[in-house]
Amino acid sequence: MEFFERFAVPHPSPAIYASMVAIGLTVIAILAGLTYFKKWGYLWREWLTTVDHKRIGIMYLISALLMLFRGGADAIMMRAQLAVPENQLLDAQHYNEIFTTHGVVMIIFMAMPFIMGLMNFVVPLQIGARDVAFPRLNALSFWLFFMGAMLFNISFVVGGSPDAGWTSYFPLAGTEFSESVGSNYFMIAIQIAGLGTLMTGINFITTILKMRAPGMTLMKMPMFTWSALITNAIIVFAFPVLTVLLAMGTMDRLFATNFFTTDNGGMDMLWANLFWVWGHPEVYILVLPAFGVYSEVISTFARRNLYGYKSMVASMVIISLLSFLVWAHHFFTMGQGALANSIFSITTMAIAVPTGVKIFNWLLTLWKGKIVITTPMLYSILFIPLFTIGGVTGVMLGMSAADYQYHNTMFLVAHFHMVIIPGVVFAMLAGLTYWWPKMFGFMLNEKIGKSAAWTIAISTLVAFMPMFFSGLDGQARRMYTYSESTGFGIWNMISFIGAAGLAIGFALIVYNVYYSVRYSPRNISADPWDARTLEWATHSPVPEYNFANVPQIDSIETFWDSKKKGHIMFKGDYEKIHMPNNSGMPFIMSCIFFAWGFSFVFAMWIPLIITTIGILVCMALRSFEKDHGHYISVEEIEETETKLRGAK
Amino acid sequence: MKFKWTLLSAIFTIAMMLTGCEPLTVLDPKGPQAERQANDIILSAGIMMFIVLVVFGLLAFMLIKYRASKQSKDYEPPHIEGNVIVEAICVGIPVLIVAFLSFVSVQSNYIVEATPKGYEDKEPLVVYASSSNWKWHFSYPEEDIETVNYLYIPTDRPLEFKLYSYGPITSFWIPQLGGQKYAMADMVNTLHLAADVPGEFMGRNANFSGKGFAENTFNVTAMPEDEFDDWVKEVKETAKPLTEEKFNELLEPGHLGQMTFTGTHLEFLPPPEGENGGHNHGSTDSDSHEEHSDSENSEEEHTNHSHH
Repeated sequence: MEFFERFAVPHPSPAIYASMVAIGLTVIAILAGLTYFKKWGYLWREWLTTVDHKRIGIMYLISALLMLFRGGADAIMMRAQLAVPENQLLDAQHYNEIFTTHGVVMIIFMAMPFIMGLMNFVVPLQIGARDVAFPRLNALSFWLFFMGAMLFNISFVVGGSPDAGWTSYFPLAGTEFSESVGSNYFMIAIQIAGLGTLMTGINFITTILKMRAPGMTLMKMPMFTWSALITNAIIVFAFPVLTVLLAMGTMDRLFATNFFTTDNGGMDMLWANLFWVWGHPEVYILVLPAFGVYSEVISTFARRNLYGYKSMVASMVIISLLSFLVWAHHFFTMGQGALANSIFSITTMAIAVPTGVKIFNWLLTLWKGKIVITTPMLYSILFIPLFTIGGVTGVMLGMSAADYQYHNTMFLVAHFHMVIIPGVVFAMLAGLTYWWPKMFGFMLNEKIGKSAAWTIAISTLVAFMPMFFSGLDGQARRMYTYSESTGFGIWNMISFIGAAGLAIGFALIVYNVYYSVRYSPRNISADPWDARTLEWATHSPVPEYNFANVPQIDSIETFWDSKKKGHIMFKGDYEKIHMPNNSGMPFIMSCIFFAWGFSFVFAMWIPLIITTIGILVCMALRSFEKDHGHYISVEEIEETETKLRGAK
Repeated sequence: MKFKWTLLSAIFTIAMMLTGCEPLTVLDPKGPQAERQANDIILSAGIMMFIVLVVFGLLAFMLIKYRASKQSKDYEPPHIEGNVIVEAICVGIPVLIVAFLSFVSVQSNYIVEATPKGYEDKEPLVVYASSSNWKWHFSYPEEDIETVNYLYIPTDRPLEFKLYSYGPITSFWIPQLGGQKYAMADMVNTLHLAADVPGEFMGRNANFSGKGFAENTFNVTAMPEDEFDDWVKEVKETAKPLTEEKFNELLEPGHLGQMTFTGTHLEFLPPPEGENGGHNHGSTDSDSHEEHSDSENSEEEHTNHSHH
């Protein structure tokens, strides 16, 4: 019995028991449904074993949306708990677990897969490639991310969730103060997902550098691809720090080392420093692809080329460098003295300059344009003012002496939500709506889409603006309750209303998907937005091989030129196309990784050794495997092309 | 423009609420450090408000002027690469603003990290403030007394808080007197504050430290120096002495009310500074090295240095 006790949740509540039942029933329903409709073979052949960047991208997006709702449910519970003083809805322990998982899920398992999904789907199309450089590695990246996310998500029903905040600062997250397995989940699940991300970084850098269509020089790449290139470069530099950090944290928790403990020479702020050496670049990993999406969308719907292409690229490069030089602004209050604080204060505020350049370039892209407000454009237009509020408060936080007052307060919470929601979430929703027809061959409803965008934007203001004030009034973040005499009640009630509004906004998006799947016309053209970049030159949905002929590039906006100036992009006859084979190995190996992670979390050494061997065997098998891919014959291409053209 | 008015009215409403309510704690300073910080906040908020308005204005202008519905059907937007002068302005103005704010920021850093202005010639009152889950212990070495969860301080005298923690990282914060600083297990941080006027202030741990974090607060009472001296005298006459056993009991996780003792825990449980520090790094003053005494401690310090 003792063996099984470790899997019990240390602080159970009716909500958790209800979740257990709900999860159980959902799993049974999915398994039964797959069996009943005989979809196991389809699922295995078309999705679980796929190496197609488009399908992997779609799987990332589905995971991201699921995690958005998981993280959103956490957020609603938090705001409900704080809506009135001395609320009894949640106790301290549950509140701590919920804000921890909210942060981790939203950053690592929602925002990251969202950008990964869009990059996967869009980048190879934008550069005229048939797939990414290492398609099988790409599948492994996705499945590692997915298994990491699943491992993290089962924590609240098996063994207990982490409760030390998404930053998981030691010594609080150490065994001394966090006895449950929650923080083990944090260390292992993020480690597994992080390995996937690191592989993606390498994969996409290679893809973008080596697989561009003929004629597409670096300075002729679409802006989203540029942002993807720079993001992946940041990933390759930043994620190894996270890997090492999580390994050290795991060793402290499971092997009694003393990197971050309170005694035996442990340094508690070492964790914080390393965490933010990864964590701050991570912010730019999230926001740069978002900037890429905005650049595409704004230029498309202003019906103009992007203003200041070169300065856009330069500003992203500068941001990527500065992002590694600001980490200490997350703890100006550590006591590192006036000199260190001054240096980090200046580097932090300096980031406002390249970011400002981008804002002005977008504004100047609108200038002399012919602006059409579609749903993606509406998100982009709403992004500019909201993100500016988030951005300038970031400059305020960069004033290190004043930060002694902002630090750890709701002011900070307001700031990063005003940056990440307009900066990342709006962009992902804009991107999803924008590329949706390319993915599925029909458009999302514009009317519902726009009302969702308005609801989300206004609710964001209602939810987060009050926090600037409650923060300045002395409300620390991460407090599970407060007394009436503090006067924080009104601000938090307004925030709760905003959070409820956000929930309605996201529900509208779900409704829009349902509505559009049922009613949206399927006879749309390959270029429904009258866009400018290469992905719109192929069919919707995109055939397996992306482009029947490799496009010939001679300007930044070759596709636009082909529409307006009669430039011919596709020359010559069809030739047989070489494509990679599907493989079950990434999925199987990631399943073993899941078991490996679970064994690690619960310190079950024998299963851990067995699964470790399993992972090594998978790698060995792969290295001895001969797989030269397959060819798509000219006849097959002709058949597909005729069919797709007919569908227009 | 529907959305512009939405935004403007949102900001307006918030501004109205701000002026209608009592002043926000951080913007209602009662000491020189908090005042400097409040000034920085208001200054930067003002400049930022201006930038926000410029961006809003430009955006509104572009959207109103260049909407497709306002233009003829056959209007083709021109191809514009960029313009060096325009882009130089887009870089130049932010650079000037950031340079100005950097100047203020650096100046403020040195001000908040030093004895408060106007208090330089007065003897500072040193208080060792240590946190344990989820309490604050205040030791007054000069007065030889110790309190739990409440702080009495004299006005018109600089205060030097020596911060450390028996557990997770906490952050010592009295918003109306000045910003916060971390208290950690392996080193002692110094926070310079001063209270200009008598009054009652809220103090708390601002850094999340586990289950009891929300209630990890303390009351601060500032009073004229003679009243403070009377209080010290009274404590010495009435309070019980703090024994090692009692202090270990206090360190147990949980919440406690306000308590008062004679003597301090510094005598039997020295703070992690100097030779007792985890690493001897950070901003602890160098003269603490003079206190090196027994061989056991210097040996410990030797092993600690290997971490560097």
